[in-house]
Amino acid sequence: MRKFLIALGILLALALPGQAQETGTTAPQSETAQAELTGLAAVLAEYSKEIAKPSRRTIGPVIAAIASSGEGASRFLQAYADKGVGQRESDGAFFIIQKKGSDYELSDPVTGAPAGTAPKSDIKEIKPNSGVRAEIGAALVRFLLSDPDPKKRREALTAIERDGEASHLDPLRASIPDEPDPAIKAEKERLERLLTIRFGKDAAERVAAIESFGSDLGLDFRATLNPLVATTRKAFAGAPEGNVAKPLRPGKDIPKDEAYAMLVAAKMAPERISASAMQQSLAANVVDGTVGGLPLAEMSDPAKREEAYATLAAAGTVPQRLTDAEADTLITDHQYADLYAEPDPAVTTAAEAALTRVGRTVAAMQTVDLGLDALSLASIYFLAAIGLAITFGVMGVINMAHGEFITMGAYTGYVVQLFVPDYTLSILIALPLAFAITFGAGVAMERLVIRWLYKRPLETLLATFGISIALQQLFKNIFGTQARPLTSPPWLDGAWTLNDVVSISYIRIAIFVLALVFLALYLWVMRRTRLGLEVRAVTQNPSMAASMGINPDRINMLAFGFGSGIAGIAGVAIGLFAKVTSEMGQDYIVQSFMTVVVGGVGSIFGTLAGAGLIGVLQKGIEWLNPSNTLAAQTYMILFIIIFIQFRPRGIIALKGRAAGD
Amino acid sequence: MKPGFLAKNPSVMWFLLILAIFTLGVTFLSHAYGPGVISTSMVKTLGKTLCLCLIAIAMDLVWGYTGILSLGHFAFFGLGGYMIGMWLMYERTRDIVLSSAGSFPMTPQEVNDAIGTQIFGVVGGSELPAIWTFAGNLPMQLLFVVLVPGLLALIFGWLAFRSRVTGVYLSILTQAMTLALSLYLFQNESGLRGNNGLSGLQNIPGVSAGQDQLSVWFLWASAVALGLGYIAAAFIVSGKFGSVIRGIRDDEARVRFLGYSVEGYKLFVFTLTAVIAAIAGALYYPQAGIINPGEMAPIASIYLAVWVAIGGRGRLYGAVMGAAFVSIVSSWFTGGRVPDIPLGFYTIQWVDWWQVLLGLAFVLVTLLAPKGLSGIVDLLEGIRSPDRHGDPLGPDQGSLQQKEAQE
Repeated sequence: MRKFLIALGILLALALPGQAQETGTTAPQSETAQAELTGLAAVLAEYSKEIAKPSRRTIGPVIAAIASSGEGASRFLQAYADKGVGQRESDGAFFIIQKKGSDYELSDPVTGAPAGTAPKSDIKEIKPNSGVRAEIGAALVRFLLSDPDPKKRREALTAIERDGEASHLDPLRASIPDEPDPAIKAEKERLERLLTIRFGKDAAERVAAIESFGSDLGLDFRATLNPLVATTRKAFAGAPEGNVAKPLRPGKDIPKDEAYAMLVAAKMAPERISASAMQQSLAANVVDGTVGGLPLAEMSDPAKREEAYATLAAAGTVPQRLTDAEADTLITDHQYADLYAEPDPAVTTAAEAALTRVGRTVAAMQTVDLGLDALSLASIYFLAAIGLAITFGVMGVINMAHGEFITMGAYTGYVVQLFVPDYTLSILIALPLAFAITFGAGVAMERLVIRWLYKRPLETLLATFGISIALQQLFKNIFGTQARPLTSPPWLDGAWTLNDVVSISYIRIAIFVLALVFLALYLWVMRRTRLGLEVRAVTQNPSMAASMGINPDRINMLAFGFGSGIAGIAGVAIGLFAKVTSEMGQDYIVQSFMTVVVGGVGSIFGTLAGAGLIGVLQKGIEWLNPSNTLAAQTYMILFIIIFIQFRPRGIIALKGRAAGD
Repeated sequence: MKPGFLAKNPSVMWFLLILAIFTLGVTFLSHAYGPGVISTSMVKTLGKTLCLCLIAIAMDLVWGYTGILSLGHFAFFGLGGYMIGMWLMYERTRDIVLSSAGSFPMTPQEVNDAIGTQIFGVVGGSELPAIWTFAGNLPMQLLFVVLVPGLLALIFGWLAFRSRVTGVYLSILTQAMTLALSLYLFQNESGLRGNNGLSGLQNIPGVSAGQDQLSVWFLWASAVALGLGYIAAAFIVSGKFGSVIRGIRDDEARVRFLGYSVEGYKLFVFTLTAVIAAIAGALYYPQAGIINPGEMAPIASIYLAVWVAIGGRGRLYGAVMGAAFVSIVSSWFTGGRVPDIPLGFYTIQWVDWWQVLLGLAFVLVTLLAPKGLSGIVDLLEGIRSPDRHGDPLGPDQGSLQQKEAQE
């Protein structure tokens, strides 16, 4: 119905403008009011009843008439859609009205000139319903597309993009040559091609439009193509008719049950009595412990059930049931196929080819996107693990409370944000503060616990684990169990979008940069400073280092504090995108140890390689099995366990004396 | 004449005696066989504690005696529980299905489908996965209790020991294995009901006795298993085998140079303790009534190490003492039965602060009392370790300390 009305509207629109416009523009305004009515005024007079009581069924031709009536048409339609048109009760004249106090301010619908005010009681407001407004909107598009205001033109384009119709195609084409703004012009041209694909007048035009896109990545292109290649499944008594996408063989391409269900749905086969229905009728016909002459106890055998049912059916107590063989014959006697909704095979072939092309490009882009994701995950693991690379990798101390230092850093950020409302400033304060606090915690832990256990690594593991559970519970007691927000500064919101497939959020980029900064900081501290020299000396040979005047106790303390401090900063960074809870450190601790172990203990580049490997691996496995991140982690850990079989000392293994034991 | 096994291991007699007295005491104070001084839930808690003591013995064997700090034994414990849980759940569901089916007999296919829908409806499935093939077969599932964790430990241990992963690396690796296993079980696709786990395990199919009696029977079974486990462990560590594994703990390289197959010994102990852990789990979870993958998280295995460390490593009764002490004290504290301490500005509620206390206690035990609770026994017997404090006399590890040299 609606399509018919639209078509009618277009016909009218094409027929009317010739004279209407000419007379409308040339006739002096003063005359139009009294004498012969032309243009919009004439249309308004002619259709006054339909306009005053608009309904979706009747409004189509009216709108078409208004739209083609020349001056004032767009203004009137706009006001009409915005419920800004009123009718004077006394003479039935239409005005564009605007509320002013208790009165309405009137303006002439044709010229837009003010026409005085009128009290509320004199004017009947016209309120078209949403269906009518949608029709009006479609008609307005034509005016909007060549509106002098570029913003309006864009809005119109968006509206067409969202809900395009065949009727849009001509006005859109007409508006392209006069478009002054090159960007909008490009958009219009693109939209024109998209609409041509959908509504073009012949196959050649549509195929050409499809080809013109090449392997365009735009979602709109794919959204246009997908309905073209959508298929429905159908059963046929003879050869399949219509635009066949793929013939289906029962038992191979589709299960036989499904084929039979299709036959039933198409009323080509009788409905089969299901197994449960059969069981019910059998149960209803138990006589003296027997069913159809067979003892009830034998009914647990499906073959016996069939037999009993056949006996009952022969006796006429239950309806006949199609045997499997008969059903099979029915299934094989028919043919099945997937049919395109689009009848033209040339278009569907072109669309399929285009989708394949696009699919290839999308796959390539997804690989890039996956690479970016993996890189970002790797930098997160690297950040979480770099502190461990110092305490575990260089000093050989297993610190199970490392995860809690990460949490501590994140909570520091949260507390700072409670006092400093500016997010940028608070992050700038939180980063050094988190370092200071976790540095202090690390030094305290080293002094109080770890230094007594340097020769007993397993016990270090246990003692630091004790600290870890105590700290975790302490966080829970202080901050509660619910997640605390750590908000990133506004300039980190949003994402860097390359195209519809590849995008990466700024926060992840920031973390990547932060990871690079820390890599540089680590290298600088360990290779260029006195502290780094002494740390390396103490790690290699504490007694010799002590003989050279280095105080091993002090160096151990500082190195441990440094590693812990970096964990704190990592905590702030991780807290920006993950939930800050008392257990967040736990999520990273095993992966962090894995990163260090896989990479190779004692080498920062090993840690980097380990983080990269784990990041790529996890994302890769997630990509293979996208619904399941848990499985990805499982397989990743399995891979690591096997990897360690072949390189027990990690990717970059220290050799010689530096390797220690 | 060589002294007999019991003479060499006086602790075994004492242990069995105390265990027997404990079991009889609980039995005659329970609801089922006595005045009911001990509630049924308390009997269950005690029975579960016995199972935890058994896995603590396993942990002590592998860590205290062999020096492998495994952070994965709770995974074997959980696997054992899952294996027995599958049978319990399958049989129970089958009973329910059959009793609700009415008089018309069902085909085996229908029974299976109905059970599948019952069990897996909660995770949106309706078919029994392949791993449930033998779920209706008790002897097979009992065999699996031993076989599945045993094989897992064997393969994992073979891979790990073969490539000479030792010390903290091995600990991290076992922890990773546990994490992988629990993450795997958390998925619905694992075929073990994802994070819902298996439930309703406290009902034993085919047994009409109530929970009062069942709980006592399970207590007996746990006590017998613990007693046998203790004897077996004592037997293993008392002979030449025990000397070798202690040697591996103290200096693996030297034992290897003496010609022993260190990997073989380690693998044996690792697998055996995994099996003991699995048996403990198979006894534990019918008493707990529910098992889910959360139980197998790496943290559980670390707690196991905590118990053994607090009890005292390297002696079997130490492990038992630690497990019993910590789990009973823990249930006392977390049960809210310990009075709060008002400090005026803040009230210490032990439900919240118990973990902090446990963590700190653990640090203190590690630092100050490496012998743990079983040091008390030494104190009673008057055994004192040499005072080795003071500055080292030489640069190497294990060098004589100042005070030792004075004598």
